[in-house]
Amino acid sequence: MTTVELGMPAEGPIADAIARSLESQGEKQTTLKAKDLKTDQEVRWCPGCGDYVILNAVQSFLPSLGIAREDMVIVSGIGCSSRFPYYMNTYGMHSIHGRAPAIATGLAASRPDLSVWVVTGDGDALSIGGNHLIHTLRRNVNLKILLFNNRIYGLTKGQYSPTSEVGKVTKSTPMGSLDHPFNPVSLALGADATFVGRAMDSDRKGLTAVLRQAAEHQGTALVEIYQNCNIFNDGAFDLLKDPTTGVQWSIPLEHGKPLVFGADGGSCVVRGEFGGLRIAETSQVDSSEIVVHDATREDPSYAFALSRLSSQDLRYTPMGVFRSVPKPTYDRMMADQVEEARTSSPADLDALLTGGDTWTVSA
Amino acid sequence: MTTTDPSVVASTAGGSTPFVKSVVELDRVVIRLAGDSGDGMQLTGNRFTSETASFGNDLSTLPNFPAEIRAPTGTLPGVSSFQLHFADHDIMTPGDAPDVLVAMNPAALKANLSDLPGGGLLIVDADEFTPRNLAKVAYATNPLEDGSLDGWQLVSVPLTTMTLEALADSGLGKKEAERSKNMFTLGLLSWMYHRPTEGTVRFLERQFRRKPEIAAANIAAFRAGYNYGETTEAFAVSYEIKPAPMAPGRYRNISGNQALALGIVAAGQRSGLPVFLGAYPITPASDILHELSRHKSFGVRTFQAEDEIAGIASAIGASFGGALGVTTTSGPGVSLKSEALGLAVMTELPLVVVDVQRGGPSTGLPTKTEQSDLLQAMFGRNGEAPVPVIAPRSPADCFDAAIEAARIALTYRTPVMLLSDGYLANGAEPWQIPGVDELPDLRVEFATEPNATTPDGTPEFQPYLRDPETLARPWAIPGTSGMQHRIGGLEKADKTGNISYDPANHDLMTRLRQAKVDGIAASIGPTDVDDPAGPDGETASVAVIGWGSTYGPIGAACRRIRRSGRSVAQIHLRHLNPFPADLGEVLRRYDRVICPEMNLGQLSMLLRAKYLVDVESHTQVRGLPFRAAELAAVVQDVIDSTSGAPLAADPAGGAE
Repeated sequence: MTTVELGMPAEGPIADAIARSLESQGEKQTTLKAKDLKTDQEVRWCPGCGDYVILNAVQSFLPSLGIAREDMVIVSGIGCSSRFPYYMNTYGMHSIHGRAPAIATGLAASRPDLSVWVVTGDGDALSIGGNHLIHTLRRNVNLKILLFNNRIYGLTKGQYSPTSEVGKVTKSTPMGSLDHPFNPVSLALGADATFVGRAMDSDRKGLTAVLRQAAEHQGTALVEIYQNCNIFNDGAFDLLKDPTTGVQWSIPLEHGKPLVFGADGGSCVVRGEFGGLRIAETSQVDSSEIVVHDATREDPSYAFALSRLSSQDLRYTPMGVFRSVPKPTYDRMMADQVEEARTSSPADLDALLTGGDTWTVSA
Repeated sequence: MTTTDPSVVASTAGGSTPFVKSVVELDRVVIRLAGDSGDGMQLTGNRFTSETASFGNDLSTLPNFPAEIRAPTGTLPGVSSFQLHFADHDIMTPGDAPDVLVAMNPAALKANLSDLPGGGLLIVDADEFTPRNLAKVAYATNPLEDGSLDGWQLVSVPLTTMTLEALADSGLGKKEAERSKNMFTLGLLSWMYHRPTEGTVRFLERQFRRKPEIAAANIAAFRAGYNYGETTEAFAVSYEIKPAPMAPGRYRNISGNQALALGIVAAGQRSGLPVFLGAYPITPASDILHELSRHKSFGVRTFQAEDEIAGIASAIGASFGGALGVTTTSGPGVSLKSEALGLAVMTELPLVVVDVQRGGPSTGLPTKTEQSDLLQAMFGRNGEAPVPVIAPRSPADCFDAAIEAARIALTYRTPVMLLSDGYLANGAEPWQIPGVDELPDLRVEFATEPNATTPDGTPEFQPYLRDPETLARPWAIPGTSGMQHRIGGLEKADKTGNISYDPANHDLMTRLRQAKVDGIAASIGPTDVDDPAGPDGETASVAVIGWGSTYGPIGAACRRIRRSGRSVAQIHLRHLNPFPADLGEVLRRYDRVICPEMNLGQLSMLLRAKYLVDVESHTQVRGLPFRAAELAAVVQDVIDSTSGAPLAADPAGGAE
């Protein structure tokens, strides 16, 4: 059963090709199992890499969307995570560094009938591809962007990334990195992203829940997935993964629920100064002061304030869906303009070529 | 001004005029309008061009304007000009030098006077020659009064004052009324050259339909200028240039950028595919984006991307989805697109990349023309990344070139570089409008069924199993059941398209990609050679070879040479990669081959490297087209100094 609404069907030779391919089987096969999404290609990530966990979660979750394999496209850039398309039995493009959102935009804008996913990493999306990311988000093209954040450059063997904490000692920063990291969620909200979520690679349930909401969102959805690189940045997210400290420092976001967290709900989120939010001890505040999570707020300030609760050492990290608001999608509006133009002046090539002032020379 | 058969007759027009005006018949004329960037010279030029086109003259234009939108008023950097050459016969260039110069202010005079041959007609707006304006361009004395213009036919007209007088009752303020002086000037010129006027009136009504008072003022100024010509003693003569004989058919006046955009729309229609243009605004290519964005009813989607890279990347994404992907830019944009272009080479997807070349390097001369991106188009990528390259030869030819680029892209599943330039982009000429049925059929076949079987006999789709004839890979688009596959920038295994680091496979794939592009030569005609037998019945021993927009000046130069009784051949290349199959053999027919280019010898370098032929390079990078007379002098020198010795060629017959 389809839970995701895809856009207008293709037409012309594209529609003909799709119809021809269905002649033998009759209709699209939308009842899939995880194994249907696996390819014959050997998965070549390092043993123990967080990418395996995410791949498994995605392969298990996607069939529940009820979309045929051929209607899914995964576009990636460059980096460890960007090998993802090779392992998915869908259409895919492993493109060039940082450009996946732009490539996917061209595809999604011209083919609203497809479910287009971008797989990218912290270097790919935030460093070399930062420009494409922010513009894709503000346009609200119907794309799902999975940003695997391991806070390190893995494929080039261990340089610091735009999400690495200040002072990170790596091959390229033997005395510690100097630049202040991006908070990808804050960045996306600053670009007016209509859907922003965050999940942990090892948290199958939480990750699946965020992915499902992202898939059902009409427009660009950015999901930051914390992903462990066990070779170059092992244990980067242990603070949040450890059963004890994880409870203490993670803030689970559930729409409509008060933001209470920590062992026995000892901590909570309350309003701070200048429209910001702050952490308080639950016992010290009146329950009416505790913020009730609302991901649907039109004004992104609240979601932004949430994203600023965490520091670069990951304490007080909200996990879940920060923002999910409806807004017309770029591809839909583009299709509408084409439709409107066709209605008001049907295509007539001869009339176009002879348009304007013409004159005739007779024989 | 060449006067043929000066049939001077008494004018019958304007019966009320007290002066008997004579009409002189000319075979051709070159007019240059020059003024401040804010004076509307481009608009005036375009209107005069439209009038001239609808009258039936052959014509060619050369707009020339600064990169600044509004440089300081009255200064030399702010001068904008528009040159129009029109004739009663077919012409190939916008003219080497104007016969008539209209200078709207001292800066325009100073910047353009050296191009006006002695005795030429010089019309100036006397009102603008104020001490302040003269000082701005360092005229110590007023040239209208100090005798320095005695070598020309100076007609000093108070254009501004007369425009203001004509609009005294219009209700417009002085500043606003002054703006119509370009229309007054246009009216005057329209009278001088017997241009039809209805088109301009209609145009002004349309252009200012929301500001009827402005439309009325401009029309009034236009008519006042026309009437002034008819009644003034300052102009005793008007000129008639008869329509040029042209092949029967329907014509319109068209600029290169416009023609290119229509060519892309036509390619979309003839292929049945949606067109997707990903582009970032850049001079002088932006007009293609503007034009295409108006044709959504043809299924054309235009995406103004965040940068040049996103422009090409989005087009690649759209091509993956079955669209005709197009990106348009100029040289600096091509530099930025290089990596993505390599991705299109590797993924073997159809893509048209339009480079409207301008002066370089770096930001260079944004509004001026040059041909210096040829080697960038050929080689400006990492790795062995062959890309077909084609170039239109005239503004109207941009239409056919766009369709040809699309044909190659769609047939061979490859990015194609289309090299236009600033001169072609903004220049205009009459275009014989083709019938839609005469346009090439560009329909493609998307792959919808497995094309191979696995070792165990299961049918499978191999995305890199090539067509034996074209070496093109199958184009299977998302949405097509059972054809799921992954492509990307990593080297592909032959046939299966899986990632492969195998040394022998990389060698094979590198050669296959090259062979595919080389094989395009089989689908193009023989080299375009114009070598008419001379008076002695002999063909030429000297050939001039060119590509792109130098076609016009080279052609005009060859005509001059032939008129002098000498023989010369013109070889013109539309396909720069691959070259026509017979090109080496053609070049070796001539004792000497001259290659004029608006760069420092890029085509000649390619020809010398590929064919071991001693091509002589003649170059100029002034930001302007070649002058036919200068080229003719160069060619004539070569002809006259050629003793008939054959070109040194490789004894084995060249590199082929």
